[in-house]
Amino acid sequence: MRVHAKRAVALAAGLLLPVTVMADWTMNMSPGVTSTSNQIFSLHMTILWICVAIGVVVFGVMFWSIFAHRKSRGAKPANFHENTVVEVLWTIIPLAILVAMAIPATATLVEMYDTTESDVDIKITGYQWRWQYEYIDDDFSFFSNMSTPREQIRNRQAKGEHYLLEVDNPLVIPVGKKVRFLLTANDVIHSWWVPAFGVKKDAIPGFINETWTRVDVPGTYRGQCTELCGKDHGFMPVVVRAVPEEEYNEWVAEQREMAEMERQLTEKDWTLEELMVRGERAYLTACASCHQADGTGLPPAFPALKGSQMALQDMPAHIEIVVNGSPGTAMQAFGNQLSEVDLAAVITYERNAWGNNTGEMVTPKEIYDYKNQQ
Amino acid sequence: MSEQTGEKTPERKSNAKVIGWCLSGVVGMFAFGFALVPLYEVFCEITGINGKTGGRYEASATQQVDENRTVTVQFLASNGPGMTWKFRPVVRSVQVHPGESVTINYYAENPTDQPMVGQAVPSLAPSEGTLFFHKTECFCFNQQPLEAGESVEMPLVFIVDRDLPEHITKLTLSYTLYDQGKQAEVSKSDRAQTTTNNNG
Amino acid sequence: MSAVADTHTQDHHHGPAKGISRWLLTTNHKDIGSMYLIFSFAMFLLGGSMAMVIRAELFQPGLQIVEPEFFNQMTTMHGLIMVFGAVMPAFVGLANWMLPLMVGAPDMALPRMNNWSFWLLPCAFLILVSTLFMQGGAPDFGWTFYAPLSTTYGPPSTTFFIFAVHIMGVSSIMGAINVVATILNMRAPGMTLMKMPLFVWTWLITAFLLIAVMPVLAGVVTMMLMDIHFGTSFFDASGGGDPVLFQHVFWFFGHPEVYIMILPAFGAISHIVSAFSRKPLFGYASMVYAVGAIAIMSFMVWAHHMFTVGMPLAGQLFFMYATMLIAVPTGVKVFNWVTTMFRGSLSFEAPMLFSVAFIILFTIGGFSGLMLAIAPADFQYHDTYFVVAHFHYVLVPGAIFGIFASAYFWLPKWTGHMYDETLAKTHFWLSFIGMNLAFFPMHFLGLAGMPRRIPDYALQFTDFNMISSIGAFMFGATQLLFLFIVVKCVKGGKKAPAKPWDGAEGLEWTVPSPAPYHTFSTPPEVK
Repeated sequence: MRVHAKRAVALAAGLLLPVTVMADWTMNMSPGVTSTSNQIFSLHMTILWICVAIGVVVFGVMFWSIFAHRKSRGAKPANFHENTVVEVLWTIIPLAILVAMAIPATATLVEMYDTTESDVDIKITGYQWRWQYEYIDDDFSFFSNMSTPREQIRNRQAKGEHYLLEVDNPLVIPVGKKVRFLLTANDVIHSWWVPAFGVKKDAIPGFINETWTRVDVPGTYRGQCTELCGKDHGFMPVVVRAVPEEEYNEWVAEQREMAEMERQLTEKDWTLEELMVRGERAYLTACASCHQADGTGLPPAFPALKGSQMALQDMPAHIEIVVNGSPGTAMQAFGNQLSEVDLAAVITYERNAWGNNTGEMVTPKEIYDYKNQQ
Repeated sequence: MSEQTGEKTPERKSNAKVIGWCLSGVVGMFAFGFALVPLYEVFCEITGINGKTGGRYEASATQQVDENRTVTVQFLASNGPGMTWKFRPVVRSVQVHPGESVTINYYAENPTDQPMVGQAVPSLAPSEGTLFFHKTECFCFNQQPLEAGESVEMPLVFIVDRDLPEHITKLTLSYTLYDQGKQAEVSKSDRAQTTTNNNG
Repeated sequence: MSAVADTHTQDHHHGPAKGISRWLLTTNHKDIGSMYLIFSFAMFLLGGSMAMVIRAELFQPGLQIVEPEFFNQMTTMHGLIMVFGAVMPAFVGLANWMLPLMVGAPDMALPRMNNWSFWLLPCAFLILVSTLFMQGGAPDFGWTFYAPLSTTYGPPSTTFFIFAVHIMGVSSIMGAINVVATILNMRAPGMTLMKMPLFVWTWLITAFLLIAVMPVLAGVVTMMLMDIHFGTSFFDASGGGDPVLFQHVFWFFGHPEVYIMILPAFGAISHIVSAFSRKPLFGYASMVYAVGAIAIMSFMVWAHHMFTVGMPLAGQLFFMYATMLIAVPTGVKVFNWVTTMFRGSLSFEAPMLFSVAFIILFTIGGFSGLMLAIAPADFQYHDTYFVVAHFHYVLVPGAIFGIFASAYFWLPKWTGHMYDETLAKTHFWLSFIGMNLAFFPMHFLGLAGMPRRIPDYALQFTDFNMISSIGAFMFGATQLLFLFIVVKCVKGGKKAPAKPWDGAEGLEWTVPSPAPYHTFSTPPEVK
């Protein structure tokens, strides 16, 4: 029907979107990139203009009275105080306007509730304070954490372009396909919102909610958690990358392969040497910028690991600080940033490199169990 | 209220009566607040609006299987906060005909070194389909104890009603498994009939 | 604000007792009314200073002043204090002062209970505010305290919060019973229900709403208490409960609560608009029916606060239609006010200024409310700053401006002095500009995608937040001027005649200004 027109609007909107998002004086809702969001937008505009029109009439009469019927201008008060015809009229006319508003609203709502015939199903789980995306049919899942550095939030570093709206692992969905989201939460109620899709749904612990979207324009779309969920409610963004189908399929294949590899790696019996090799690599990417490649660190902010008490003796504390970080310091929680294998490898590496020759080994299985006990 | 309207000497009217009425209103509304809990439960059972599936289904007459229609039933598993068990459906989804009785399994394993008790809580999407999803046997009716390191396959037997609205082609059943404490000696036979809730 | 200074001679009654016991033990509706008003203004300043903390943190992106934990405590406490500590007690104060005067009664029907219901309030708020200094901090789950964030995940102080809510609930219920008894039993001879002043009508209906929903609030916090301490699972999914049930019960209280905070203002505004238009109120009967309709419908729309929880289509549609319908009686009221002004003889003293602003800005809040009622569009508005803008537009110019208008309108009656009109107009204009500056940009922020209750925001929201904060500081600082105006008015000023406003109607203007300690010992006759 008018689908093509809508698609065209959506496309135009999509092209304009980067401009509008970056403009600091955005005053209106964005039409978005889905037919739902476009329908919502037109509904929003219609009702806005109806309200404006009513406002002009009502306030017009009022301001006319304010200017013309002032005592200071010698106005003499009339004495009327009822008029049945007028009163009936201004009950019925608003009613008619409301009915006119309700019709398109109902149509849009019915369409939003049609979750059938989906091409891809993704389960979204809200945690304090991150999202987990599970590709149900493809057997892999991952966490999506905000990746804005603490330094930017604490105003110690210039804020990036996507300040607070960037994540380590965005959700990836194919363009032009109906994607169905199944939402739940682990701890408290969260709410998953991407304004450009016109999709917002609560994630409720113990219950499953569903909603859907079909994105027509490739791009990266950003939103946030919109239900107060505790301390870091303001710091759990949603980032969705909509990509063409081929790219999506490649990405899925890659993810499946990686997931399979991780599973094998986690279950595999590791030797100290293997972990050391892998650990060195992971250490250099994740840890060396602060603790330095030779483990000497940059005290006092970044303590040395070489010869440190924790790396030589207290293994549980060592695992804990790497997985959970140390609040109030620069030490991040790597538990969800690195895989079990990499965590185990890094910890093993730190306990054996640079003369820290404890000979002790931490296996991916141990890390897995530790994480699950939390 | 209206009875007082016409009276001419209002100041001697009984305050006690008004207070009495108001207080009974207050008590009534307080009770109503609590009554909302079972009312909501009943309301949800009738309408299925919150997606909570019903208790054990006692089929009055075996339904005839509608071979011409196929519905996909999808299974999800989540762990509640702090629940360390491995928990997943054995199959991701099945194709069923409305009216046929289908059995599937969920796998659960207690990887810790302590005996624990779990309770699964079901939820169905779309919630509209809740009324048409009948469970004749479900692990979620009972608490599930597992010894340290023990694993179990837990059965679910269900029937999708023939009256399932035409536009619903896929049902998603999600279980969230909650930790119900670490009772040291949990005898399976003791616990088998106990449920902490009637969520089915 | 000792409205009736001890020095004034009384006709044939004893004057007030001396010293502190006058206030502790008083059963005089005027004393209790004054105490309510003073208490509510103190809470207004306290809740307002918390809003200042919030706006200061949001002045720029990044975390500057407070930690996110404390920010959440501020938003929660700001909401609770403003709703239960500032707006509701202020209206009860106005009711105490004015209802007996308006219906020609010597006092409230239940004076001793009146004293008790007031003194419970400071106790409740002492408990609530003390949670700020407890281990784990004050409640941080928003004034809507959704489970399980407020139960399983709540701070230890939640128990004290629940206790405080219970006490203020008891206080409100007792106040409401008193209002009902006064209006039904104490009216002057000849004052039939349909001859009652509108403020009396709106308060009667408000009192019924309070009696209906405060027990539900008490119930829901009691369920929370049981979930937290007694192992029940009303709202805990792991025990078979339902977090969504919490929202249903809460909003069953919460939506009528919104009207509790606005209906008395409707009544007061009706008097003021008519007085300063020097013309009788247009459509008295339809005003009464409209208020009644709004009150009844307020019980059928609660789930429009929950459009995103995943209700089925039929539920969404029902609550959408019901909510839209409320626009009809609300529209009738606005049309009536405007028509009352039409062809009047208008003058713009401070009460009228606040009332006109009330009508305009409340209508704008009503428009955004109508937009929010459209369920599909609500998916985009829900829990964004658009909602924050909406309810501040309804409550600040609605409830708060309504209270200011009433205060200026009746101050001469309370104190016997005219307030300083120039200062009052300054107060109005600064409040008006500050309020719009603070809250209008929030519409844009919400539409552009800024969620509510966040301590830090993405860069594209920076400019409007800055404007909003400046407006908020301006609005906040201006309220100290109101304190000054009132103190000045209590201490002295031009003597006020019995009826300082030439267009005003009603029994309250037949007694001298200031109103003597005891009035209407013999009931007046209403023709």
